[in-house]
Amino acid sequence: MTFSPELEARFERFLAKYPADRKRSALIPMLIYGQDEVGSITDEFVEEVAKRVGVTPLEVREVAGFYSMLHYKPMGKYHVQVCTNISCLLTGGEELYERACHKLGLGHKQVSADGRISLEEVECMGACSWAPAVQINYDFYHDVTPEQLDKLLDGLKAGKEPEQISEVPKVNC
Amino acid sequence: MYNQPSPLEVQVLTRRFRLPNSHKIETYLANDGYKAVEKALGMTQDEIINEVKASGLRGRGGAGFPTGMKWSFVPRTSPKPKYIMVNADESEPGTCKDRLLMEFDPHQLIEGIIIAGLAIGAQQGYIYIRGEFRYLIEHMDRAIAEAYQRGFLGSNIFGRGVTFNLATHSGAGAYECGEESALLESFEGKRGNPRIRPPFPAVAGAYQCPTILNNVETYCAVPSIILGGAQYFAGLGSPKNGGTRLFCLSGHVNKPGVYELPMGFNLMRMINEVGGGIRGGKKLKAVIPGGSSCPVLKADECDLAMDFDSVAAAKSMLGSGGVIVMDEDTCMVKAALRIMKFYAHESCGWCIPCREGTAWLKKLLQRFHDGMGTKSDIVLIGDLSKNMLGRTFCPLGDAAAMPTIAFVEKFREEFEAHLDGKPCPYEKSSRLVAA
Repeated sequence: MTFSPELEARFERFLAKYPADRKRSALIPMLIYGQDEVGSITDEFVEEVAKRVGVTPLEVREVAGFYSMLHYKPMGKYHVQVCTNISCLLTGGEELYERACHKLGLGHKQVSADGRISLEEVECMGACSWAPAVQINYDFYHDVTPEQLDKLLDGLKAGKEPEQISEVPKVNC
Repeated sequence: MYNQPSPLEVQVLTRRFRLPNSHKIETYLANDGYKAVEKALGMTQDEIINEVKASGLRGRGGAGFPTGMKWSFVPRTSPKPKYIMVNADESEPGTCKDRLLMEFDPHQLIEGIIIAGLAIGAQQGYIYIRGEFRYLIEHMDRAIAEAYQRGFLGSNIFGRGVTFNLATHSGAGAYECGEESALLESFEGKRGNPRIRPPFPAVAGAYQCPTILNNVETYCAVPSIILGGAQYFAGLGSPKNGGTRLFCLSGHVNKPGVYELPMGFNLMRMINEVGGGIRGGKKLKAVIPGGSSCPVLKADECDLAMDFDSVAAAKSMLGSGGVIVMDEDTCMVKAALRIMKFYAHESCGWCIPCREGTAWLKKLLQRFHDGMGTKSDIVLIGDLSKNMLGRTFCPLGDAAAMPTIAFVEKFREEFEAHLDGKPCPYEKSSRLVAA
């Protein structure tokens, strides 16, 4: 299996972070960064990572199954994650999630037919004081209003990149 | 910063947050940065640990264990390498402070980690950052690179012949990995199941080697302690509760945000004067004082000093500093249900009382909220919760049980209001919480 030169370089750096006889520590970072490029935790990817960190493919699957950000089927190019945990629940997160379901015609962990957008109801993402919060891939959106959510989702559906939807800025540096 | 400061804040850990380019090493160096570690390089291990002990610093992750004492448990004579682990797996619902500490002042964290390394003679540190915080992993990597460039990290730090290396480590989505022993398992590339203790991480942590494991905010306090002195830091807080705390106000307040306040700050003042009171002029109903695993407080219990001991005396916990405020229109059954849904999702499945208990409690609370509960279910919810307490390897079982017991005991009338097919009195239209 081949990866992009950037991902190969990243894997090298990951493997160098840990003691030489503890390569397995690189497993989870490799899986999550690798998933971004591969699309999901495929059989081929599992075998490749297993070889590189020196464990069996079964051990990789055992680990991958534990972590909620690792997916066995590809999510959309834009993975919309709406938090409905307690602080977001109190400030309208549940309404946002339902709105997203209706607007996208998708349920929890479902992907649009063109593979462009997926939706997930997620647990606390650490934005409680700026609730309700949404993440698209790794980007945070704080204090999201229903109107802003509409703009984001309409924009994504119309083929825009999140960065082009300037009315709703992402917050992270 | 994502919110306006409050004039009532005492900014120690956050004092550089609003400077331009606060995350750059130049800004940090121009504002006392890396002076504490230079001072620590002239101190013995005992002197550093004693200073941290005398400061009254207690773990900011939730348990509030005295930090200096934790450090003193590391065996000095062990021939094994020693490790510094940083818990940046911030995922307790209601908590959003470590994000800011890393985003706005990453070098304060790095300096605190190096000092911890000096205190126990560790040469390697790792920052375990939750996978959702991808931008912070890259942000911390850039800050770490700056520190290497200046010779503050590496094989001869500050030209003093001491080695200390530091790297970030990405998680991949699991609340359980915020628990110290599960974090170590996950760090080693395994499922995030907890370990049986003893031995504790101080003796057998990362790779079964002596390890200090603390929360981001705990390490961030260390430079201020070393530079300002233990007495200065202790004097900021209340007895046995040194320093300040980053409180994350969320929910139904007018001005939610992260505020640095002295330990022991009154909770009602926090809600009304820092948080600007309840939204829409509504009345306060309840507060979860330290993240979702802490028992709820009724409005009349909120005239309370926010330090570890005072909140414990009120039969709750200061926890991770997540203060979740709920107004009079909040359904307590629904709040209990949403919190249980979270714990059922996050239970790692290792211990049966937690795996089965959280799943059954979620079903019971869901049935209750849907109006199909029976009076005996109220008793059953309490019994199931109590059967989880103290019967699991890690605190997740307790974290799920304790708030549930409090919700049922303190708001029993709200549970009774849902009985016999009655719709939730707080909802305009009855709907199911997505399973």
